[in-house]
Amino acid sequence: MIHFEAMLTLSAIGGTLALVLLIADRFLCNYGPCTIRVNEEEPFTIQGGGKLLDALYDQKIFIPSACGGQGTCGYCKVRVLEGGGPVLPTELPFLASDEQADGTRLACQIKIKQDIAIRVKEEFLHVQEFQATVARAQLITLDTREIVLALGGDAEIEFRPGQYIQIFVPGTGETTFRAYSIASPPSRKREVELLVRLIPSGLGSTYLHSIQPGDPVTFTGPYGEFIMDESTETELVCVGGGCGMAPMRSILRHLGETTPGRTCSLYFGARTAADAMYLDEFRRLQTEMPNLNVVYALSEPEDSSDWDGATGFIHESVRNHLSDSGKRQLFLCGPPPMIEATMTVLDEKGVPTEDSFYDKF
Amino acid sequence: MDTLSPEFSSMAVVFLAAIITNNILLTEFLGMCSFIAISRHMKTAFGMGVAVTFVTFSTAMLNYAIYHGVLVADAPLCAADLTYLSYLVFIMVIAGFVQLVEMILERFSPVLHYNLGIYLPLITVNCAILGVSINMLNPDLKFGFGKTAVYGLGSGLGWLLAICLMAGLRQRMADADIPRPLRGLGITVIVTGLMAMAFMGFADMVKM
Repeated sequence: MIHFEAMLTLSAIGGTLALVLLIADRFLCNYGPCTIRVNEEEPFTIQGGGKLLDALYDQKIFIPSACGGQGTCGYCKVRVLEGGGPVLPTELPFLASDEQADGTRLACQIKIKQDIAIRVKEEFLHVQEFQATVARAQLITLDTREIVLALGGDAEIEFRPGQYIQIFVPGTGETTFRAYSIASPPSRKREVELLVRLIPSGLGSTYLHSIQPGDPVTFTGPYGEFIMDESTETELVCVGGGCGMAPMRSILRHLGETTPGRTCSLYFGARTAADAMYLDEFRRLQTEMPNLNVVYALSEPEDSSDWDGATGFIHESVRNHLSDSGKRQLFLCGPPPMIEATMTVLDEKGVPTEDSFYDKF
Repeated sequence: MDTLSPEFSSMAVVFLAAIITNNILLTEFLGMCSFIAISRHMKTAFGMGVAVTFVTFSTAMLNYAIYHGVLVADAPLCAADLTYLSYLVFIMVIAGFVQLVEMILERFSPVLHYNLGIYLPLITVNCAILGVSINMLNPDLKFGFGKTAVYGLGSGLGWLLAICLMAGLRQRMADADIPRPLRGLGITVIVTGLMAMAFMGFADMVKM
């Protein structure tokens, strides 16, 4: 009997609390319909009280976000023109002082309480959601997998070489995305190719290493700010390592298809010969692209007895081979120490910083 | 002191004792996690302290009412002796109350919500607050509603005092040459211990 009363009392207290909170939520957090204006688009109206990022997702405006709206990745930046309220302390670590001054906020931290006007990068308005299936997948080194995703229906993806997509990672209990660069050239609009290095306990890479041909995959894209200099006078130089190969493969294959005579170089740093992915493919590409210069360098050549290429770190190869003058555009994609070392070399060579684009991962 | 009623002076004693001699943080070491995490800057420490004080004060009264209205044997609302459920009920009440306060602040006082908002969720799991609600049940103290309220307020202010003192010390320590292994958490815990010893000097000044 006493247990029955105890349970009843406990449930009554818990129920009362829940009821009070529900009523409070109904009356206190009801901000009524709010209008949201994005750039110069037609404003849309939604029920207030939710997060701005979620509202934008519902309107198929895909702002990049990797943490599922937790405020920990800092990717979902938008410029709030009016109605965003004060900047929250949770956002400050992600905002530079000029961003704070011009009203940049994290969309996941803004609660919609009134009409809001925001400005996002124009390209985000063109980002779409794609349903795809795994067409092919194969390991190309011990830990790197090449995955080709075929788009469903008659969807086509328009992108520039060097851009990336955000893969939805299911089964985490929240909306989690991970960014991967597209390795295929823009001419292939019905599929995207990715290179995924397995990171033990990494959410995105373990997922992408477990999926099999035929499995469905959802992603949004394209994202990324790299704009290739189309002038044939400019030498295009790609420097990278590991999965930094993906965007560089897209860029070089694009050049091979559009302007095979273009002067361009690929510097790729790997540890051993087994990590030197796609070397044969680029050797073949060189027969079609007479002005393509390919340099692979091994940092640990001891175990690769039949290696006849360069050795040492890749920034040393850049220092030895990169011309000292002429207009050059650089695309750097690799681990942070590699990028930093290469940036120092570029500085020595007098390459203006605005001519190099880099992506550290 | 003749003009003060005995009831009032005993309340004043409870109040002072809660702040100084029985400081919830420095004598019982409750609420240490947020004490260490938020005490880097005076401004945030003060904000957290104010939020803790408010919630401690309110939930002590709320829990007192529920304890004596529902949980004790032959209470007006439930005859059975359910005091063994008090921890569970108290933590539920605290969590619910904090949630409610956050909603109210967000709606009616954006400025206050902006300043205290991020601390409120931390308070839900601040053991000092549950500690106050449990301490007030101590049969030796024989607290009535009035004394419970005063004790809750005093304990909150005591916690506020401790965290502000700590924040002041840590701001000074930022320039100090502290041995490398002790930097950060290590020195903070040592300093907390020293502060607790210093507060022992107040012992016997007032007794609850």
